[in-house]
Amino acid sequence: MQLATATAAAKREHQTRAMLAVLLCTFINAASQAFIKLGTASLGAHPTMVQTALGIVTNPLLFAGYALLGASTVLFVLALRKGELSLLYPVLTLGYVWVIALSVAFFHDSMNPLKAAGIAVIMFGVAILGKNSTA
Amino acid sequence: MKTPLASIAWVVIGTVVGSFGALFLKIGAGYLSRNLKSLLTNWRLALGIGLYLFASVFYVMGVRNGELSVLYPMVSLGSVWTLLWSKLVLQELITRPKVVAVGMILAGCVLLGLGSR
Repeated sequence: MQLATATAAAKREHQTRAMLAVLLCTFINAASQAFIKLGTASLGAHPTMVQTALGIVTNPLLFAGYALLGASTVLFVLALRKGELSLLYPVLTLGYVWVIALSVAFFHDSMNPLKAAGIAVIMFGVAILGKNSTA
Repeated sequence: MKTPLASIAWVVIGTVVGSFGALFLKIGAGYLSRNLKSLLTNWRLALGIGLYLFASVFYVMGVRNGELSVLYPMVSLGSVWTLLWSKLVLQELITRPKVVAVGMILAGCVLLGLGSR
């Protein structure tokens, strides 16, 4: 009985840590999107596949963007080691929320009530998953 | 601008491909250990990463001719497929809070889509 409780506690702690790692993932992911967006500006309107591939290694912004994307994937895999996929995957949606926030703050995108409501509803959904991983 | 059906199809197929990517990332993560050889021969992980990259090709194809406001909400369908594979393949428990949360995330993405018009 005591052992079962200890195992359950350990499992909960793993889930919480995995959840925090995925949260960090969504931040890194949003940052990578911003870098990629900034970097593609130097590629011109219709870059070929070769130009894009070269750009990733020669353009510092694109390189940083794809490096961060890789880092977030590694972190996600590490989180999945102990965490449930059905709990962690939906949390990645939070990345969109940060992308929209960055777009409004730095890329002069507009904010409106519908977007704000969408962000609020997504965050509420993610909060349910977060609570589920700790309770 | 109207979003052609083909663009919607690209994005929906992309979400299915991406959800299989996530499934194999999860399975591959179970085979991780601290040695280089096991990492390099982890075909499940490699397949997961490959499917992830492949999914982004579908998104790019879809976004090229479609409106982001229509396609945005569809990307979150990936969560629905992932919930399905988590239950069927990984035998994870799909609890009511998980279903409610994914429902809210879908609804939120629809609102984002409407707000991006």
